[in-house]
Amino acid sequence: MADVLLEARNLSKHFGDLKAVDGISLTVKKGEVLGFLGPNGAGKTTTMKMLTGFLAPTDGSAYVCGELVTSDNERARARVGYLPEGAPLYGEMSPRAFLQFIARTHGIVGKEAEDVVESAASAVNLDSVMTQRIETLSKGFKRRVGLAAAILHAPDVLILDEPTDGLDPNQKHEVRRLIEAMSIDRAIIISTHILEEVDALCHRAVIINKGAVVADGTPSELRSRSKYKNAVTMLVPDEYAEKAASALKGIKLVAGVEAAKEGDLMRLTVLARGGGDIADTIGDIAAVSNWQVTQFTVDPGRLDDVFRQLTERDV
Amino acid sequence: MNGISTIFRREFASYFASPVAYVFLVIFLIMQGLFTFYLGSFYEREQADLVAFFTYQPWLYLFLMPSIAMRLWAEERRSGTFELLLTLPIPTRSVVAGKYLAALAFAALALALTFPIWITVNWLGSPDNGVIITGYLGSLLMAAAYLAIGAAMSSITKNQVVAFILAVTVCFLFLVAGLPMVLDTVSGWAPEALVLAVANLSFLSHFDSLQKGVVTLGDVIYFVAVIVFWLWVNRIVIESKREAG
Repeated sequence: MADVLLEARNLSKHFGDLKAVDGISLTVKKGEVLGFLGPNGAGKTTTMKMLTGFLAPTDGSAYVCGELVTSDNERARARVGYLPEGAPLYGEMSPRAFLQFIARTHGIVGKEAEDVVESAASAVNLDSVMTQRIETLSKGFKRRVGLAAAILHAPDVLILDEPTDGLDPNQKHEVRRLIEAMSIDRAIIISTHILEEVDALCHRAVIINKGAVVADGTPSELRSRSKYKNAVTMLVPDEYAEKAASALKGIKLVAGVEAAKEGDLMRLTVLARGGGDIADTIGDIAAVSNWQVTQFTVDPGRLDDVFRQLTERDV
Repeated sequence: MNGISTIFRREFASYFASPVAYVFLVIFLIMQGLFTFYLGSFYEREQADLVAFFTYQPWLYLFLMPSIAMRLWAEERRSGTFELLLTLPIPTRSVVAGKYLAALAFAALALALTFPIWITVNWLGSPDNGVIITGYLGSLLMAAAYLAIGAAMSSITKNQVVAFILAVTVCFLFLVAGLPMVLDTVSGWAPEALVLAVANLSFLSHFDSLQKGVVTLGDVIYFVAVIVFWLWVNRIVIESKREAG
């Protein structure tokens, strides 16, 4: 357990009758990037706020490096780097002044403060805008200022609330690269509702819905829960499509066939019953029947499908 | 302490990040001048003292101190930096104190910039400078009380204008509590003790003796108590706003 840096035990937060968060437990180990997923309003941000000590939980507790997180415990807060949702910043300050302010709040002063500010700034490529007012910066730069502020005191735990929200694809890529680089000796938790993020970045993902954990596993484990696990997708010319589809539906291993038109071709997705391995069987049949199959892929399962399946219930 | 000074430095610097601070200082000095020379009849009095200068300050501060304090918390809440600020490793009480002291320092700077009037009065005659210093200290104490109310009101809302109006309203109540028109409405039916209590709540009566150079422990304790009380309210409101998410 020594390398568990962030732990939540049965965290709950009720606002009146509303159970925003209802008993969430999770752990993040050193070197791990945990994706914290859920639809909007599932309680991601509320959980994050409790992990940082901004909100006091109604029930349960959070620990950072063994320190109990409370709104009074500055020792716990000192070990956390936090990027709040939307990365709020003091617009009238320059990135340099802002980062120096953050350094000072962590008790870093003088020459050392200058050093940590400059190194955090160059880690996120801020050097060119250090003296501009923050409010004049682009969204991407602002987010980087927020990230620099979160990492400059070399925290053991990074809590990032939707770090790539509202960025363009290039900026997203950039921020992900940064997070990846920072993950080596830290525990990082990222909340997001963008599923590609999980594949791109996370070692493990926790999905929550209505304030409770509904899934916890590696991206591949989660993906394998999908009905698309081991599904075979192939392109077949239109004239063969119907014949092929009905032939495939007759096979015992096949749970169903989905078809979608694509130009002169038809994309057939053959779902495997119970996620079993059907690629060989389908391949053999296709070859024998001479359906002129182009493109033949086996699906590892789809996260978005699992996500929907877990979070759409009883809506 | 370190936390307080860190917050203080950022907050104080932020006053000067926009031209508003300079505009404020200019308005303050012009208004102060108008009050002193026209309403206070500084010259016509032909006396080497600053009574004309101090007399109208409670009214001047009624609007100017809330405008210094209104952004302290409202702006943080509006822009979301509230969350950033309260997740830094600085205790909430230090944040409250640091912000408040920054506003107070700005008010002190504005007050200090009135030094030409002090030079003038010394050049024209030979005033009792002890009385003047007491007057300035009393003025600062009163400003501090206004600002504590303003800071607390600023924490209630995300809207600076609302914060300003609330602060002016509460300050006004504290200001007029000692005036005859208020006391008359109370004295008709209330027991003597209550009338006295209401009268004693007033900034005016406590500032009055200070500006005349009389420092009584009671007046100082009064202002300090008002400041501590409203900073405490400030902190309570901050904690409850934090909990509301």
